Amino acid sequence: MSTTENNAVDSNHHADDHHHGAPKGIKRWFLTTNHKDIGSMYLIFSLVMFFIGGAMAMVIRAELFQPGLQIVEPDFFNQMTTVHGLIMVFGAVMPAFVGLANWMVPMMIGAPDMALPRMNNWSFWILPFAFLILLSSLFMEGGGPNFGWTFYAPLSTTFSNDSTAFFVFSVHIMGISSIMGAINVIVTIVNLRAPGMTYMKMPLFVWTWLITAFLLIAVMPVLAGAVTMVLTDKYFATSFFDAAGGGDPVMFQHIFWFFGHPEVYIMILPAFGIVSQIVPTFSRKKLFGYSSMVYATASIALLSFVVWAHHMFTTGMPLAGELFFMYCTMLISVPTGVKVFNWVATMWRGALTFEVPMMFSIAFIVLFTIGGFSGLMLAITPVDFQYHDTYFVVAHFHYVLVTGAIFSIMAGAYYWLPKWTGHMFDIGLAKAHFWLSLISVNVLFFPMHFVGLAGMPRRIPDYATQFADFNAIISIGGFAFGLSQILFVVVVYKCIKGGDKVSDQVWEGAEGLEWEVASPAPYHTFSTPPEIK
Amino acid sequence: MSEKYESYYVPEQSHWPIVGAIGLFCIAFGAGGYVNDVTKGVSGYSGYLLLAGIAIIIFMLVGWFRNVIDESMSGMYSKQMDRSFKQGMSWFIFSEVMFFGAFFGALLYARVFSVPWLGGASNNVSTHEVLWPAFEAMWPLTTTPSGAVTEAMGWNGLPLINTIILLTSSVTCHFAHVGLEQNKRKQLKIALGATVLLGFIFLILQVEEYVHAYQEMGLMLSSGIYGNTFFLLTGFHGLHVTLGTIMLLIMFLRIVLKDHFTPQSHFGFQAASWYWHFVDVVWVLLFLFVYIL
Repeated sequence: MSTTENNAVDSNHHADDHHHGAPKGIKRWFLTTNHKDIGSMYLIFSLVMFFIGGAMAMVIRAELFQPGLQIVEPDFFNQMTTVHGLIMVFGAVMPAFVGLANWMVPMMIGAPDMALPRMNNWSFWILPFAFLILLSSLFMEGGGPNFGWTFYAPLSTTFSNDSTAFFVFSVHIMGISSIMGAINVIVTIVNLRAPGMTYMKMPLFVWTWLITAFLLIAVMPVLAGAVTMVLTDKYFATSFFDAAGGGDPVMFQHIFWFFGHPEVYIMILPAFGIVSQIVPTFSRKKLFGYSSMVYATASIALLSFVVWAHHMFTTGMPLAGELFFMYCTMLISVPTGVKVFNWVATMWRGALTFEVPMMFSIAFIVLFTIGGFSGLMLAITPVDFQYHDTYFVVAHFHYVLVTGAIFSIMAGAYYWLPKWTGHMFDIGLAKAHFWLSLISVNVLFFPMHFVGLAGMPRRIPDYATQFADFNAIISIGGFAFGLSQILFVVVVYKCIKGGDKVSDQVWEGAEGLEWEVASPAPYHTFSTPPEIK
Repeated sequence: MSEKYESYYVPEQSHWPIVGAIGLFCIAFGAGGYVNDVTKGVSGYSGYLLLAGIAIIIFMLVGWFRNVIDESMSGMYSKQMDRSFKQGMSWFIFSEVMFFGAFFGALLYARVFSVPWLGGASNNVSTHEVLWPAFEAMWPLTTTPSGAVTEAMGWNGLPLINTIILLTSSVTCHFAHVGLEQNKRKQLKIALGATVLLGFIFLILQVEEYVHAYQEMGLMLSSGIYGNTFFLLTGFHGLHVTLGTIMLLIMFLRIVLKDHFTPQSHFGFQAASWYWHFVDVVWVLLFLFVYIL
């Protein structure tokens, strides 16, 4: 990208920065305003968190390998399930998507950078501190948060330990980070599209992120409100969630899930976007039903605001409420079905090849659909009375979050890694990573459906002996899945260090602005606006 | 085509974000320790960490805004940059709306559901009989199920005066904006000065109301769900008024002392005035749902 006269203003003020690529040294990372640097930091941070949260999952599975208490105390087990959930949701999945958005959104819409680059850096750098606080609380007297990632009152108020305040403030910082990140994404997309890039020409990843960012700004403040009320209930004698003062513990669940349900779409809509980029590339066809994809995404986002109480069917809501939330929830399967149909229709009669990103995407489509179906089962109120708080629920949300969100992140990482580094990754190793992950993840999560339907409760360190066989299998799948992810680190590391040079387009059949810039992508893309056909 | 990006500004590296991150860390970690210390009545160092964090954040804000103002004054920013700032501010205000939404939601839930249910409404007859048979559902909830008694805050005294003050300040804020746009600097200064003054008066009266509530009415933060929602809603609103007043005061000083802002370019002023109108709308809702109804 050559700098021309129309960058005169830029070159006056930070010529070095603009002409010679990335600055050197550690300060680059602390002080950067570059969307690619910040994207990389988000991705590396989320990978580190993925392993920390994964290590906690290993503790959980080791304890559950056999019935009886053998490895950890029940209280520590509860801390593990709590912090595992918090880390995976706020530390691994969300930052990974923000990282991908940072890297790809400006490149996909022909923008020079994110709209508010300094705020971008701030929203990243407060995250490691937030998790430092959360993780350090595990080592404090009395231990870390142990009330589940959903921190239901009164577990988080009357019965919680001293770490609650640290939990509350670290969640506040995560929220601030997410809101600033989302504002940045929205403003970038609305304001910085290259001339000619109309809304209905935007790549689907950009569309899904636009809608996700809206959801984030709408619900993260509600989470901030919820944790604030927990804080005042625990420390300042308020009774929002205490019936003795006129409040109601169930009110906590309403407020939490008003945040929590849009939150799960925050973790899956960008995944839809990634898969919608990858499937057309390796089918060598345009995405089937582009506009229906956009409308489906928007409908899912809007519906996500009116389904929250399906997490609370067993709290004794009035019947009208149960029915309303049941039907609204089932309605979501319509736009989701549209999406799955469109992906399959894109592949229909395409010239398919099965590169690693495509393998992860196809696995995503199949396994996410399984998670979707179990979600549909859970949506049916009378049926949920049996499934509620069993391992069936655990199976459901791990299918949508691990084989859904995480698999799509893996797919996206493999898809764009050559563009980021300029090298092709080790395909053999990546395929090994895929197959090992695919098999082990199903060994891990599929039997959970069975033990759940048979009545095994979640968040319990010990269980009846009738569940022993399946739990041993689940744990073996869990260890295998955890170990397989080390391969991913090896592939990424090798790819950054070297490998076969790739062309600008990288994948035959890849279309879009990000495949027209050089590989590796230059430190500053698009100092002149690209041509949009 | 190319002039669209003519002066797109990718800022140089900046140390303010990392300073701000450290500041937020000190605030969060300090506050986490501090609330534990305070509620247990022990003394520790967390309070100092909290104060240090606040100091760092103020230092960061001053420095960061100085950078931005300098860059803007030297004409580095394009129209596009200006739009980005405006959109960013609008979305920030939207996030604030949702934050208040959580507390309004709690208030409405308590009034519509939890308090009547505790009184036996709907299908909760046995809840009522078993838990607190003597409890009577009412709003404002002046006697809680556990028997704590308080008084309800009326709407027609200080709250009404404060409503008039805040509504007036929104009008003067608008006049200031019009003055700025039409380059009537005198009108701008007088109207903006009046807005800041009204903001201060509002805050002083609000403090007086709190003192009155605590000392004479026995209405406290711990007075059951009525006191909880009353103090958290008006309290967070008061914090936002404080912030808004400080923002407007800074704009006032920039205008009076440095002659900043032109009819074409005045994002800082606009952001502050938007924020002011936002806290005003929140107050109207508060006055309606917390005081009158």
